[in-house]
Amino acid sequence: MNFDRLKEKLEILADAAKYDVSCSSSGGTRKNKKGALGDSSVSGICHTYTEDGRCVSLLKILLTNHCIYDCAYCVSRSSNDIKRAAFTVEEAVDLTINFYRRNYIEGLFLSSGIFKNADTTMERLVRVAKKLRLEENFNGYIHLKSIPGASDDLMQEAAMYADRLSVNIEIPTESGLKLLAPEKNRQDMISPMRYIQKGIIQYQDEKKILKKVPKFAPAGQSTQMIVGATNENDLQIIKVADHFYKNFNLKRVYYSGYVPVLEDNRLPSLTTEVPMLRENRLYQSDWLMRFYGFKAEEILDPNIPFLDLEVDPKLSWALRHLDQFPVNIQTADYQMILRIPGIGVKSAQKIVSARRFQVLNLDHLRQLGASVNRAKYFIDFNAGNPFLKYLTHQNLKKLLMGGRSSKFHNQFSQQLTLF
Amino acid sequence: MTTLLYDGSFDGLFTAIFEVFEYRYRDVEIVNRERFHQKNIFAETHEVITQTDKSERVLKKLEQNLGKQGVHKFLKVFLSEDSELEKVILSAIKQSVKNPDKNILENYTDTNIMKISKICKSVDRESHRMTAFVRFEKMQDDIFFSKIDPDFNVLPLIRKHFSDRYQDQKWMIYDLRRNYGILYDLETSDFFYPEEKLEIKNYQDKFHDEEKNYQTLWQRYFTKTNIVERKNLRLHVQHVPKRYWKYLTEKW
Repeated sequence: MNFDRLKEKLEILADAAKYDVSCSSSGGTRKNKKGALGDSSVSGICHTYTEDGRCVSLLKILLTNHCIYDCAYCVSRSSNDIKRAAFTVEEAVDLTINFYRRNYIEGLFLSSGIFKNADTTMERLVRVAKKLRLEENFNGYIHLKSIPGASDDLMQEAAMYADRLSVNIEIPTESGLKLLAPEKNRQDMISPMRYIQKGIIQYQDEKKILKKVPKFAPAGQSTQMIVGATNENDLQIIKVADHFYKNFNLKRVYYSGYVPVLEDNRLPSLTTEVPMLRENRLYQSDWLMRFYGFKAEEILDPNIPFLDLEVDPKLSWALRHLDQFPVNIQTADYQMILRIPGIGVKSAQKIVSARRFQVLNLDHLRQLGASVNRAKYFIDFNAGNPFLKYLTHQNLKKLLMGGRSSKFHNQFSQQLTLF
Repeated sequence: MTTLLYDGSFDGLFTAIFEVFEYRYRDVEIVNRERFHQKNIFAETHEVITQTDKSERVLKKLEQNLGKQGVHKFLKVFLSEDSELEKVILSAIKQSVKNPDKNILENYTDTNIMKISKICKSVDRESHRMTAFVRFEKMQDDIFFSKIDPDFNVLPLIRKHFSDRYQDQKWMIYDLRRNYGILYDLETSDFFYPEEKLEIKNYQDKFHDEEKNYQTLWQRYFTKTNIVERKNLRLHVQHVPKRYWKYLTEKW
């Protein structure tokens, strides 16, 4: 193997793959076989973090950055004048195995530019996964990108060797997609996703009856959309996510704040800041839907279709629904305790456990790890709570924000700093 | 006041706890013999001789009351090497014996129980980080070698993880601070306790020919997968605290 050439390819193809957000290695259930390599645990492991603070758990590379498409937002688009490269199947396998053996990674996330057509590309991706599983006896995590328009047969094979599959829907609205990626259409993206979804359901049904069923995308599907490349609002984004969670049983929807990399009059200018705070608020909303029992409609109001950048969406909901508070910490059900600002899933669980032993007070909550500074205005104790007099205070929001400096302050401010 | 001196082992600690009940000591503290400095000259001392049948009886009882997971929490507290570990464990066990039908480890408003919960969280976090930050380096004799230096004694907690994962390569993880390690020889993974500290100066001289190449590839990958426009060093350091950097190939 020519090391210098391999290094050059890795640099090009890692650089081109880095805009894919997902690096989850969780949800895998692939146990190691005796004398083989690799084991996927349910929780997943981040092996390191890049300087931008993102988790590295998989070797995330493109098989090639040659691409026949010319999507405005993509660095690998055909009209972009960049260095091109392609890994051989052997090279991709060798890197994965050798990185895995040194405990650098949990596995492989393989995506690709589209060379020739969808099926040729998909077939090559599947070959890498197949070689890893069958020839190298590799039981680590494999995430394959489904190429829009790939045929059902290839998707079937992909699902047999990969743990997770994903298609990026790229732009939240169809009109935005038409504008920035005129050669792609939503239907081509949806159909492989639909095929996998049906397969997963069928697999789960068979598993109830039969003991041994071959694995079929055990870690499910995910997708991602770019935020801020077109002028969609947050309500639209959350609705799209909700639609995919409900109708496609997606494991995750990722949001990727648009990083301006290309000059194009259809896109925000190169000096536009990456909308990190907006992206963060979207993830918080996503969490509310997946772990806190919030419905999409509860998070945003059609009249104000953008998330509040000043306060997180859960606090924002509470401020709009003061009539639901105060919540009695001793008697309220778990679902309602989860809705108290400043109390997360872990604290809520601890509260429900601890109150069986003792009548709780504010100090107890602090000990449990709740953010008492926020929570104290929204809760009631059996012994009463002096902070409740502020609950109906017209400046409650100011009170909550006072003395709190956001970690995003200045650093990602969307306001221009003049001095 | 009675001071029970034990040999610093897990079974020793649980033998001591058995004897607290056996001899009905009321005002008692349990101290690791190696760390013992007589402070209280009026205290009576009692030498505990480790007996596994006694410690097993305590553990069995605890498993009945608190489940396997509960017992595992005591192990984590023990491995934390916390200066108050004997005190909080004894307190929790006393509570559990008094309330056998309750999971007293969920009584989070009790100071000692809360301390156990916090210690377990720290130990869990560190052992998870060790599964992440161990970096193997391939040596001439085909062994994948890793050195670690964790704040808590987590090797016993991560052995299974690595044994499950790497079955077709020889590997070794060595705790520099505590001078012991795990060695897997393609058959079994066992702890080993060298008499002298392993000589790891210039051990890079014994790298396999291909090792440097893969390290370089990994370093290049690490650099290239970063998005410069989103640089956020504060977040980076929060996730990868500086004390771990010395383990990390990508941080050299």
